[in-house]
Formats: sequence, C-alpha cells, structure tokens
Amino acid sequence: MPLVTLEGVSKSFGKNRVLNDINLTVEAGEVVCVIGPSGSGKSTLCRCVNRLETIDEGRITFDGRPLPAEGRELARMRAQVGMVFQSFNLFAHRTILDNITLGPRRVNGVRRAEAEEKARALLERVGIADKADRLPRQLSGGQQQRAAIARALAMEPKLMLFDEPTSALDPEMIQEVLDVMRSLAASGMTMIVVTHEMGFARSAADRVVFMADGRLLEVAPPKNFFAAPASERAADFLAKVLTH
Amino acid sequence: MAGRPEQRSEHRADYGWSHIDAVLDNLDIFREGFVQTLRLSLFAAVSALILGTGLAAMRVSPVPPLRWAGTAYVETVRNTPLTIVFFFVVFVLPQVDIVFSYFTFAVMALTIYHTALVCEAVRSGVNGVDAGQAEAARALGLTFSQTLRLVVLPQAFRNVVQPLGSVGSALIRNTSIAAAFGVQELTGISQRLTTANPGDVVAVLLAGIVCYLVLTLSLAWAVGLTERRLTRTPR
Repeated sequence: MPLVTLEGVSKSFGKNRVLNDINLTVEAGEVVCVIGPSGSGKSTLCRCVNRLETIDEGRITFDGRPLPAEGRELARMRAQVGMVFQSFNLFAHRTILDNITLGPRRVNGVRRAEAEEKARALLERVGIADKADRLPRQLSGGQQQRAAIARALAMEPKLMLFDEPTSALDPEMIQEVLDVMRSLAASGMTMIVVTHEMGFARSAADRVVFMADGRLLEVAPPKNFFAAPASERAADFLAKVLTH
Repeated sequence: MAGRPEQRSEHRADYGWSHIDAVLDNLDIFREGFVQTLRLSLFAAVSALILGTGLAAMRVSPVPPLRWAGTAYVETVRNTPLTIVFFFVVFVLPQVDIVFSYFTFAVMALTIYHTALVCEAVRSGVNGVDAGQAEAARALGLTFSQTLRLVVLPQAFRNVVQPLGSVGSALIRNTSIAAAFGVQELTGISQRLTTANPGDVVAVLLAGIVCYLVLTLSLAWAVGLTERRLTRTPR
C-alpha cells in the first residue's frame, strides 16, 4: 500500500489553476524530488499533502486514509508528517531545544526529560548540539534549517515534506542542509522534496517529478530523467538550469 | 471619615501656600479615593485583559460564527460612549434583577468597554506574527488553541506591550466616570472637596491630577520595563 496517493488533484487561486489533475503515489521509504520552474505548483502540491492548502477537486490519502477535515483528526494526521519550510519557521520566542520538544510534549504527551534527551540526540545528529539553548535568530540560516529538520524528526514522522528547504540559504550553507537530508534519505525515511538542487535530486531521489504550469509532466528515476527527459518542457528546463 | 472636617481648618486671607491645607487636612480622603481608583483599574484591567484576549481568539478563529460574534461585540462596544455603557449596567441590569454594589457595577462597565480595546490591540499583535509560525505549529500537529496559546499569543503580546499600555492608561483615566455612578474614587472625592472648599478648587484639583499621574506614570514605567525584558536576548 502506498503511503501517499494523489488522485485527480486540482486547485485554483482565483482564476489561476495552480494544480491541474495531479496523480501521484509515493511508496513508504521512497524519496521523491519535485522539480520545475517557479510558479509551476510544486510548493502548493507539497503543502496539500498535509492540508496546509485545501484542494478543490480530487482526493489525497495518507497511510490508506483520505485526509481528514480541519480538527483534531487532522492534527493527529499532521503529527505523523514532518514539514520543513523554505523560511525555517522556527518558533522565534523559544530556544532551539524548546522548539524541538514542543511537539513531542504537547501533541504526543512525552515527558519533558525524555523529550529533551531525544532533542539533544537529534541536535547531535544534525550537528548543532551546542546551539540547544540559543534562540533561532542567533543561528545562521543553515543551522536554523537543520534545527527545523530536527524539530520535524522529533515527532518520529512517517513522511517528511521539504518545501524548498535550501532556497533561502546562502550558497555555503546549502551543503550542510543537503548533507543532513541525504543521510535522512539513506536511513529509509519517506521524503517528498520540492527543490531547485538538481545535484541532490540526481543523487538522493528514487524518482523525480517534473511539474510545469500546474501539471505533472514527468515521473521518472533521476538517471533516466536527467539523461533523457521525455517532454520538451523538461528538456528546455534542464538546459537552462544545468548549463550555468 | 465621620467627624472629619472636610473644610480646611482655619481661614487665612492670603493666596499663597495656605490653599494646600484643603488637601493636607483631607489626606485620608484622598487616600480612600486613590485606593478606589486603583482597585477599579486593577479589577477592570485584569478582567479586560483575559476577556479581551479570548475575544481576540474568537476574531482570528477558523469558525465563522465566532468571528462574527467577536466583530459585532467590538464594533458595538467600541463605538458606544463609555458613559452610556455605565448607564446600561447601573440602570438596566437592576431592572432584570441583577443587582451589585456601585463599585462592582463600575468594574463591569469598565471591563465591558475595555475588553473591546484589548481585543483590538491583541488582534493587531496576532496579525503581526509571521503566518509561518502558525503554519509550523499546525504542521507539528498542534490544535488551533494550542497554536494560539503556545506559539502565536506569546509573540503577539511582545508586539503589543505599548498598545496595551495605552489601553491601560485610558482605563485609569476612564475610571473617573464611575464618580457619576456612586463610586467615591479620585474624581468623586475631588468634586466633594471642591464643593466643601470653594476657595481651594485649584489646589484640590491639582492634588487629584497628581494622584492620577502617579498611577499612569507607574504604568508607563512598568510597560517600558516589560518591553525591555521581553526584547532582551538570553545567551
């Protein structure tokens, strides 16, 4: 049974159709990278999976069940899906440690001592153990994003969503975040990654999804996709992003 | 206060410092008025802060009827003169057999009015918090009320310490309306003392003003301190 399925998903912002009849399944343990030009609907697609955006048509299931409507049921579902944002969105008034323990303590009812012990282990894993007691604004962008990944992992999610996790970072910080994501992918985590990092998509993805103008144009293993894209739109896109 | 001379003790013909006697001879009355004003302010401020925050939560909630109710309350109350609110509480509530002391009625009227002002201050603070903060909280599986309580409101309050201080300062000054509705607070006793000492109106009123200043300036100092505390970065 696939972990995530999208069937005939469409969504419009006003007259702008940002998602147009999207069909996609993601198996447990799979890493799917979503690439494509800006405004193609990649981020919206990602945000629909944990219902941060609602859809107009179609059906999305997670773990065999359709996404619940707003309410406790939805909160329970979201607790099983980690999300990493382009702008980190760490809770600005809380220390890094508090950021990471908030979910486990308040949603899963884990005791403080236990949650903190696990949080410190996660910070160790993403390489910022010494920043536990700092506020988010005292960290560099790369460190903040790694903390945000640790915050999502603390919930022991079945799925991780990454919405352009490196797009707001200075070039020298992109690598440290991608390294964390790579090791996460290698550990067997199911991941949907919206990204402009073609190197990451090529090396870490099981499948690459190419989107343009709200449509899903191609789904292929990265080896095939990057060597010989099937659509002209994808070939055109790759020619632009790979030559610089 | 029985047996206390409200008029100043002796008449002197000069226009200098002797006027201050009208104040000095009635210091205990001033203290009573001061304490009443302080109690009115504190009770109403705490109630308005709690209810106003709740009302702000209603106005940002995803449930439309709650939002409508919140908006209706704020727009009605905020656009009604406070004196009319007092009239309503003091004269209309007893007609439906709701009877409290004048002091309690005054606290109720002040609370009803300033709840709307607190609501708008808090709501502007909520709107000032980056939408990504609430999104990240929801994505973790926090419910709407947890998101508000644990993530959004703590940051919203940081943004609105000054505006809330202004509401508090207005509240302190607005307690004076209670004088017209049977509460002997600062304005009430000032009025009484000026009637008893018609020659010393200026001295009595100045003393009253000083008492209000003590309250409002203390509040301003506390607001400044709170703001510095909240924006300090721990290391």
